[in-house]
Amino acid sequence: MSLLEVRSLRAGYGPVEVLRGIDFHVDEGEVVVILGANGSGKTTTLRALSGMVETSGEVVFDGRSIAGARPEQVAQAGVAHVPQGRGTVTDLTVEENLRLGAYTRRDKEVGTDLERWYEMFPRLAERRQQQAGGMSGGEQQMLAIARAMMARPRLVLLDEPSLGLAPLITQGLFRTLGDMNRDLGTSMLVVEQNATLALAIATRGYVLETGEIVVEGTATELAGNDDVRKAYLGI
Amino acid sequence: MTVFLSQIMNGIQNGVIYASLGLAIVLIFRTTGILNFAQGEMALFSTYVTWELTRLGLPVWLAIIVSMILAFIGGALIERIVIRPFEQSSPLVLVIVTIGLFLAFNALAQLFFGVEAKALPRAYPDRNWLIGGVSLRSDTLVLIAVLAVECLLLWALLQRTKVGLALRAVASNADSARLLGVSAATMLMLGWGLAAALGCLAGALVVPTTSGLTAGSMQGILVFAFAGVALGGFDSPIGAVVGGLIIGIADALTRQYVPALAGIEIIVPFGLILVVLLLRPQGLFGHVKVERV
Ligand SMILES: Nc1ncnc2c1ncn2[C@@H]1O[C@H](COP(=O)(O)OP(=O)(O)O)[C@@H](O)[C@H]1O
Ligand SMILES: [Mg+2]
Repeated sequence: MSLLEVRSLRAGYGPVEVLRGIDFHVDEGEVVVILGANGSGKTTTLRALSGMVETSGEVVFDGRSIAGARPEQVAQAGVAHVPQGRGTVTDLTVEENLRLGAYTRRDKEVGTDLERWYEMFPRLAERRQQQAGGMSGGEQQMLAIARAMMARPRLVLLDEPSLGLAPLITQGLFRTLGDMNRDLGTSMLVVEQNATLALAIATRGYVLETGEIVVEGTATELAGNDDVRKAYLGI
Repeated sequence: MTVFLSQIMNGIQNGVIYASLGLAIVLIFRTTGILNFAQGEMALFSTYVTWELTRLGLPVWLAIIVSMILAFIGGALIERIVIRPFEQSSPLVLVIVTIGLFLAFNALAQLFFGVEAKALPRAYPDRNWLIGGVSLRSDTLVLIAVLAVECLLLWALLQRTKVGLALRAVASNADSARLLGVSAATMLMLGWGLAAALGCLAGALVVPTTSGLTAGSMQGILVFAFAGVALGGFDSPIGAVVGGLIIGIADALTRQYVPALAGIEIIVPFGLILVVLLLRPQGLFGHVKVERV
């Protein structure tokens, strides 16, 4: 059985329906990417999983239904969500943001994890006592990812991590995501427009077009698909 | 010199009163981002409850503790029932809602407890020491001690505990806090409950030092408490204390030394605020929002 199983998911804002019944799944240890153009419904998909928009349909995580659950309940179930725009708590310091990431944990190893993520992202270590809102976009994206990992999640949802970042920084970021998946086995669901980088670390993928899934397959299949190549790889 | 020191003492006495209520205002602002104009009247109402409990035979200190607990529950319920429906509204709407609460609590207090002044006894002996001609009252000492303990506990709660971190996170970015597993609803209720309990304590300690509890008891205090908080910074507990003290002392000295301003002494503390806010809009101890995108 899949870690995350989504069936006929619909979601929207008031009378406007954005997701028109989509099905997808993420297996344990996989990196799954959902590709889609601006406005296709990528952010809405992740917000639907986290209970931040009105939804209908089935969402089963780790054998339990989380459809209709509140955001904090989804987080407590083991799903970390790195929102579009990074969701930095600007008034807190970098370290406080990271500690907040461990809010759902009851164990005593939060300090150990903190050091581990500082090692992984030395930039954050240098700025641990600074107000998080003052950091650059790339640093805030690192913070958002490290903060999500502080929860020791089973599944991480990443909403366009490449948005607004310089190409070199984005490359480093995706390499780190790939490393994290390989070393820790954390499953990931990434929604992206940057198909090249996302498919490079993905196991499988889907293409979302105006709220419907139009193509699905392994990362290799998608990278070879003519429509995908035209729309997202610029070939 | 003696006169000067006496006026400073008076100023401190009033200043700690403003600071106690100011602390409650800062707490709600820090944890929910709302300026609660009803803070004084909520304190008024819960002080009437303290008075009612003493009438039922409870010792004063126990009446204060019980009414603080009731105020905590009441504050949390107010957030849930009155404030929550306006969660998505503009700050202006919320200001109007808290002003509505102000009027409602004042009217309820008059309705339930009448208009004649009520005497609330002190929870400690009333003493007055003369030190070099300057009088030092036990009232002042108790208020200072309670304020110091409050500040310390509040600081420890906000800066040193997981709940405090969650409270601050919700105030700064509720959506992110929820995605990290924090129940924003619980935190908002907690913030209002704590502030209501602090306001209750302030009221129950202040009223015995005045001529009695009436429906107007808290209004003057609220104005000066807000002035102190504006001066110190709306998000800073230390600012509330220092700001309250400065306002209290400035007011007392003006009364003594500037007879020309008799009746309108209030313009001195407010002039002071104007100057400070022109030079430092976030207040003496407030924080500037750092944000880069
Ligand atoms: N808060 C909102 N209220 C109403 N419509 C929205 C809201 N957010 C997004 N939409 C609409 O939903 C559609 C999908 O948006 P979104 O999920 O953000 O797409 P993507 O993340 O793929 O760019 C768009 O047409 C957008 O205009
Ligand atoms: Mg988006």
